[in-house]
Amino acid sequence: MIPSSFEYKRANSVSEAVEMIDADAQILSGGHSLIPALKLRLNNPGTLIDISKIDALKEISDNEKSITIGAGATHASIASSSVLEKHAPMMVQAAREIGDIQVRNVGTIGGSIAHADPAADWPAVLLASNATVVIQNKDGNREVDIDQFFKGFYETALNEGEIITAIRIPKTAANKNSVYVKFKQPASRFAIVGCAVALDKDGGNVADVRIGLTGVSESAYRASSVEKALSGNTLDDGLIESAVADVTEGNAVMSDHYASEKYRKHLAGVYVKRALRKLL
Amino acid sequence: MGHMIKVNVNGKEHSGGVEARTLLVDYLREDLGLTGTHVGCDTSSCGSCTIHIDGKAVKSCTMLAVQADGCNVTTVEGLATNGNLHPMQEGFKEEHGLQCGFCTPGMMMTAIDFLKTNPKPSEDEIRHALEGNFCRCTGYHNIVKSIQYAANKMQTSV
Repeated sequence: MIPSSFEYKRANSVSEAVEMIDADAQILSGGHSLIPALKLRLNNPGTLIDISKIDALKEISDNEKSITIGAGATHASIASSSVLEKHAPMMVQAAREIGDIQVRNVGTIGGSIAHADPAADWPAVLLASNATVVIQNKDGNREVDIDQFFKGFYETALNEGEIITAIRIPKTAANKNSVYVKFKQPASRFAIVGCAVALDKDGGNVADVRIGLTGVSESAYRASSVEKALSGNTLDDGLIESAVADVTEGNAVMSDHYASEKYRKHLAGVYVKRALRKLL
Repeated sequence: MGHMIKVNVNGKEHSGGVEARTLLVDYLREDLGLTGTHVGCDTSSCGSCTIHIDGKAVKSCTMLAVQADGCNVTTVEGLATNGNLHPMQEGFKEEHGLQCGFCTPGMMMTAIDFLKTNPKPSEDEIRHALEGNFCRCTGYHNIVKSIQYAANKMQTSV
């Protein structure tokens, strides 16, 4: 399969890339969502702006209160990051579950969340981590809370002319005690249901909890009803069982030939429970 | 034509013009005549187009040739040195790791990258490492044995 013709420009810095963007341009990073779409001609940009050679975008840096992951960091580099393993183990667990060795070597976290596939892993994990998305445009930088980033089916808060430069993960007690579990589509390894939980316990009681779910609805979301049911209470099997009752509340559940609406909803409950039990 | 690129493939410098939309696998097969890299599914699933870019396994059907500009590429043709098979090739030969052979180059390229990060893998780890490579003959059993052979051989040769 051959994509339609396009112009190719390589950017040496994000500022250069931002200057190159016009209405008909798309950003090429790892290309593992974009190139398949180009080949199927689902996407026909006039220009591709390649940011994959910008080394500054690939760094994972350990700061005092947070970890900054460059948007161009590959899934493989996140999977092998000791600082993320220590401060947000769900990040490393999710990275290891994405696609396969070859995909992880090239695909990037920034590209994945810009694409916002409803079955991608990162949205659930980043929602649970209370991440901040750092975005650059012609006027400078802006930051978006992850809760405001995913807007719907392949839709994000990114405006035309903007590029994600980094994702910041706060070093919280909850992120340190976090987990990601998923039920994968056996061929593509996308999530039919993926659940990330970051949870801080004060004694036996839940002091802080964030739960992100992907694959279930048109966009990844936080299971607010479960978070609310858990907060302040003693985490045990009984609480976990009752807390997941309305796991899809407020979200339309997807249905496709892999999993019906009813089955997906059931799986969402099962996977939230599995994640929580790992944190008991 | 299009963009001038310079790529080192199997230790040899190549430079030439490519259209921006040319896929890396097509550049290798059509422009350079290196047909050991196969096109199976053409949708980044089957792994038969796997090559190494700067030592890392990637699916060359999901990369543009222009993106390989300035990179070191290794294809299956670059594995043998001075007429001696790479331990991975030897493993596939000794353990009957191929039936029709279509998936074999991709299997070997993935397995070589995998053994770099995990030189002494368990059988389970090998099977997981092959999740991005399909064998339509379903010959996985001997493929796993071939990789175990290569892992042992590479251990003893270090």
